[in-house]
Amino acid sequence: MKLLPVFGKSTVVKPAGSNDVNYSSQWRLMYLRFKKHKLARVSLFVLALLYMGALFAQFLAPYGLQNYDSKYVNAPPMKLRFVDAEGKFHIRPFVYELKSARDPETMRKIFTSDTEKRYPLQFFVKGESYKFLGLVPATTRLIGVEVPGRIFLLGTDALGRDLLSRILLGSQVSLSIPLVGVGISFVLGLIIGGVSGYFGGWLDSVIQRIIEIIRSFPTLPLWMALSAAIPPRIPVVRMYIYIVIIFAFIEWTGLARVVRGKFISLKNEDYVVAAKIAGVGDAKIIVKHLLPGFISYLVVATTLAIPGMILAETAMSFLGLGIRSPATSWGVLLQEAQQIDNIALYPWKIIPLGTVILTVLTFNFLGDGLRDAADPYKR
Amino acid sequence: MLQYTLKRILLVIPVVVFISVIVFYIIQLPPGDYVSNYAAEMSVAGEVFTQEDMDAMRADLGLDRPVYEQYFIWIKDIVVHGDFGFSFNYNKPVLAVIEQYMGLTLTVSLVTMAFQYLVAIPIGIYCAVKQYSIGDYFFSGLSFLGMATPHFLMAVILMFLSYTWFGDPLLGLFSAEYVNAEWSMAKMIDLAKHMVIPVIVIGLSGTADLIRVMRGQMLDELNKPNVVTARAKGLSERKILFKYPTRAALNPIVSTFGWSLTSIFTGSTITAIVLNLPIQGPVMFNALLGQDMYLAGTWLLFMALLTVLGTLISDILLAWLDPKIRTEFRGT
Repeated sequence: MKLLPVFGKSTVVKPAGSNDVNYSSQWRLMYLRFKKHKLARVSLFVLALLYMGALFAQFLAPYGLQNYDSKYVNAPPMKLRFVDAEGKFHIRPFVYELKSARDPETMRKIFTSDTEKRYPLQFFVKGESYKFLGLVPATTRLIGVEVPGRIFLLGTDALGRDLLSRILLGSQVSLSIPLVGVGISFVLGLIIGGVSGYFGGWLDSVIQRIIEIIRSFPTLPLWMALSAAIPPRIPVVRMYIYIVIIFAFIEWTGLARVVRGKFISLKNEDYVVAAKIAGVGDAKIIVKHLLPGFISYLVVATTLAIPGMILAETAMSFLGLGIRSPATSWGVLLQEAQQIDNIALYPWKIIPLGTVILTVLTFNFLGDGLRDAADPYKR
Repeated sequence: MLQYTLKRILLVIPVVVFISVIVFYIIQLPPGDYVSNYAAEMSVAGEVFTQEDMDAMRADLGLDRPVYEQYFIWIKDIVVHGDFGFSFNYNKPVLAVIEQYMGLTLTVSLVTMAFQYLVAIPIGIYCAVKQYSIGDYFFSGLSFLGMATPHFLMAVILMFLSYTWFGDPLLGLFSAEYVNAEWSMAKMIDLAKHMVIPVIVIGLSGTADLIRVMRGQMLDELNKPNVVTARAKGLSERKILFKYPTRAALNPIVSTFGWSLTSIFTGSTITAIVLNLPIQGPVMFNALLGQDMYLAGTWLLFMALLTVLGTLISDILLAWLDPKIRTEFRGT
């Protein structure tokens, strides 16, 4: 064990080593504890992948949002093959052309692989034009096949649109709405909860009553009512903003309560009172002395609020109250899975559910890991 | 204590008044009103609806008055006559509509609640006692999955499974032949069969939550000195388990008991829409969309009141348990 540095005699004590628990800052300690949480680390990695996927969705997706082909309605996922019908091995994976036919018994349209036509998978192909990262015009897409060939790695929907592309493009909406919504409610909760907790008095009472009122509404009907109020024909961007605001409007109350509670418990600590007597201004006390005391809790609370928002967004889109066509989100994609015969006949339409579950789970694990890391009493 | 309770109850009154105003505002939010919706529906059906017809209908329903006047009339009728208004869609008083669906709603909700507690508490105890066993991992994984799956899809998937296994998707709460039948043993059995999927789906997220809370609480309690002492004195493990840690661990779960009914009430809405259940949720959803404002408003008001009451009761309980809260309240 090292000796604590004593005033003026610290010459023998070496500067804090980067891994020395006794000398590390609060954030460093959190980082060290977080690193030990395997599940949370894996989750962080998966989430990073998902968000990268959303960021580069236009590049990764073989087709654009508006692309449809009535020839390939409800086509099943194509298999990527290495060995062709004659048993010949190809280094470059390929897909077969889909041939539509009628089931002789049920007269239902079915697809079979046409082993005559082979389309090798190509990388960095020219596709529909899009704006890379929303800025740079581009036409290159990561994967694709030569026209007139089509590639549907996850099948198509009832309009013949590629499901893989739509999942990727939908993730831009589904993954960003909770993030932006939580961000707004984080700021709102911090400011309003802080004011309420720090200044107290009648202001506190009023704010608390307002929070109580908002919280006493059942969330689901509140969403329904608010989103039913969104006019039906408005641009996608404005609809997106409306929905984010609805989420943030409901979510901030919970965070504000956490912040207020922390402020109240911290503001009478000796060190804060000392700062006050020494004439430090309110703003400086808040930023320098109070915020560092609980910001980690707030980060955790925020992370754990995200999964709820993702599920809420899917639920709203599912009811037709969230994002609407032409924009898409995972909830919109799952609308087609609403009918039981769709699942029975076209089981690949349930694939977006997998991405929803994956995202919600990883956010939950990440939040758990962060909570354990932020808790100084956790062993 | 009495002073605190009285003050706390008095504070509820302005909150309730505010809530009623906001409820009325929210149900007015969607564009158009019931008459314009009705007219749109009628014109789809091929009937001609002139502006005069609409104005006459509005005057008839009292929708031509200013919003605040409508609000005061609504509130006055509630307070004075206990009359919550008239449902345009059903063409009967709101209370009659609610009454019609209340029985089945309560049945589904209460059964779901019972399911949640009966399943979650034993599993939570088991997971804590056998921490890191295969069973613990299995149930923990299951509860995580239950939390992460959207309700409505769970409902669709279960319906699909029941269709492939039993040849019946079990839509609704009754088979067709029993919907209008008198209550009988066969109808009860039919109802019980149809309740399985809704109860599982609606109760799932609550159950998952409860399992995790119960497990965490039990883990905290299991290593407390009183348990060690009991064991040292030679009490049987069974007795130790149920006498000390379980009782203590149940505390936080009991304190949120009041809210769980409300959350089941509202949480069941989407599931009920998907499963086509004849309970409050879908009725209110349609009322909200179709601007059947008094029906929607009454329901929102009712839900909000339940939550306010739940908070009130838990606050009073907390103050009773913790004298600090009482004195702090007096100070402000």
